[in-house]
Amino acid sequence: MARKISMKQAINEALDQEMARDPTVIMMGEDIVGGAGGNGEMDAWGGVLGVTKGLYAKHGDRLLDTPLSESAYIGAAIGAAACGMRPVAELMFVDFMGVCFDQIFNQAAKFKYMFGGKAETPVVIRAMCGGGFRAAAQHSQMLTPLFTHIPGLKVVCPSTPYDTKGLLVQSIRDNDPVIFLEHKNLYGLEGEVPEGLYTIPFGEAHVVREGKTASIVTYGMMVHRSLEAAAALAKDGIECEVIDLRTLSPLDIDTVLDSVTKTGHLVCVDEANPRCSIACDVSAQVAQRAFGALKGPIEMVTAPHAPVPFSPVLEDAYIPGALQIAAAVKRTLAGGRH
Amino acid sequence: MAGNPFPLNKQQLLQAYRTMRTIREFEERLHVDFSRGDIPGFVHLYAGEEAAGTGIMMHLGDGDRIASTHRGHGHCIAKGVDPMAMMKEIYGRKGGSCEGKGGSMHIADLSKGMMGANGILGAGAPLVCGAALAAKYRKKGEVAISFVGDGASNQGTFLESLNLAAVWNLPAIFVVENNGYAESTSRDYGVAVDSYVDRAAGFGLPGVTVDGTDFFAVYEAAGEIIKRAREGGGPSLLECKMVRFHGHFEGDAQTYRASGEIDDIRSNKDCLKKFAAAVTAAGVVTADELKAIDHEVLGLIERAVVDAKAAPLPTLADLTTDVYVKY
Repeated sequence: MARKISMKQAINEALDQEMARDPTVIMMGEDIVGGAGGNGEMDAWGGVLGVTKGLYAKHGDRLLDTPLSESAYIGAAIGAAACGMRPVAELMFVDFMGVCFDQIFNQAAKFKYMFGGKAETPVVIRAMCGGGFRAAAQHSQMLTPLFTHIPGLKVVCPSTPYDTKGLLVQSIRDNDPVIFLEHKNLYGLEGEVPEGLYTIPFGEAHVVREGKTASIVTYGMMVHRSLEAAAALAKDGIECEVIDLRTLSPLDIDTVLDSVTKTGHLVCVDEANPRCSIACDVSAQVAQRAFGALKGPIEMVTAPHAPVPFSPVLEDAYIPGALQIAAAVKRTLAGGRH
Repeated sequence: MAGNPFPLNKQQLLQAYRTMRTIREFEERLHVDFSRGDIPGFVHLYAGEEAAGTGIMMHLGDGDRIASTHRGHGHCIAKGVDPMAMMKEIYGRKGGSCEGKGGSMHIADLSKGMMGANGILGAGAPLVCGAALAAKYRKKGEVAISFVGDGASNQGTFLESLNLAAVWNLPAIFVVENNGYAESTSRDYGVAVDSYVDRAAGFGLPGVTVDGTDFFAVYEAAGEIIKRAREGGGPSLLECKMVRFHGHFEGDAQTYRASGEIDDIRSNKDCLKKFAAAVTAAGVVTADELKAIDHEVLGLIERAVVDAKAAPLPTLADLTTDVYVKY
């Protein structure tokens, strides 16, 4: 059996091995080393949650701590990518993208098209996403649909340590700009991860659990909540197929359509806010392309149309849970045509 | 023949003149063609500002990068982008610098180190920090230059980039092209300090202000700060005080300008006239030699327009290509 490491370690290992393999890979971000310019320990933090700890010792000045200045350094990562480097920039929390979004959606995303195909921008922007940390409205969002809306960007949100390493390596090697979103509540999750380098292609969803009664389509931390729901429903004889989209742009709609064609029931689970969400996107595509296969209404389980609250009792109610997912499965089954 | 008092030999002087004249005729032709309705979209002309872009770019090679502004045609031509392809681009044709997908505000040619005109004011400054960072890793002495107008010099992206370039000691140069107007708004209304040198000092950067209508002043100041950047001396700011012959965009009635202002700058602050007067007065270049270049350039621009109008339009098949390298 392969060794088990955490998602956090998987990220560190992917970065470490890619930097060792390719000298054009550089990293920049706030406190990704930590302690720069001070009198104490260098490499003091390795990122706010220690994800990049130890990389400075191995790769030195290819890791750059930045001032608190997201517009400048995210833009610099994009500019360096257009000039032959493969930068991995860490935005810390995806919530901060508001201060540098122009560089992402008007610059990186558009160079290729706007310059007539003659530019490539192989930049990766890593950021933590998601709730459950009691970090409140400005440090807990998913915001995934904001990125999938933009042509030119690729959007990745893994759910396991194995996928995290393979998808991050793919992101670094990819020649398009990639938004790589790491659910902070999954950092401690352990799983089997090969020691060597490997890639997972974009646009390939993973059928995490097979079933023939209903299809649950999701990504990120909601994969685990959906598996909990599926396990509970199995006790009642309801066999759910759980699909982890893994990459949201490109989106593997074919795997979803195949599953819905088999089960006839679709539940989309998305930790993002409901309007124009990934859940909406998948639901619309299935309604359009597999309407005849549907035996019940499409159900969506999402966060409410509200900011993420602070108080633990409210945040727990905010983030979709296994009970809500199971209830949604039962609703589509009950609302079915017979 | 008298001695040459200029820092450039005769060939280089003729080259500088040719570049400035090419920009001028390119822009004046666009002014005419736009008013006839031949050109789609928004066009912002660089006429009157040629000495700045040319005086700076004469120091650069293809490995040096620049990021331009919405008023980018002059920077492109001075950086070596093909004016024939540029004209096709502005006419929205295939074979244009960006295959007709970018237009006037997005002309780029990375093979020439031209990272793009930019429709977002101030957006080029962070990109130039990245280009300068890449140059620093490559260790070939390359530099990267960001152009902004006096208006975009207020953008956070620009100000953050001054700081980032300073703390990382990047081979980056920030050129403020101060033509006195942010669109229709006076520079003095929108910028609280009188001098960009003061603003640079606030970020720990050396700065210098020059008369941007004086090619030689720009050339010498730019040469010094570019040399310093190449040698690891870090970033600088260069303010070029210049004049804009046309409106913010074509179609701008410019009622915000004082009466007689444009006649005055065309008569007294025309960088091409000043350059021609200086080099002929010194006896280094003759008026006939300059006239020959004028004639050649007019022919080039005419051919560019004829070619552009004859070039094929993009097809529907082009609509969704080149969004990604692979998707």
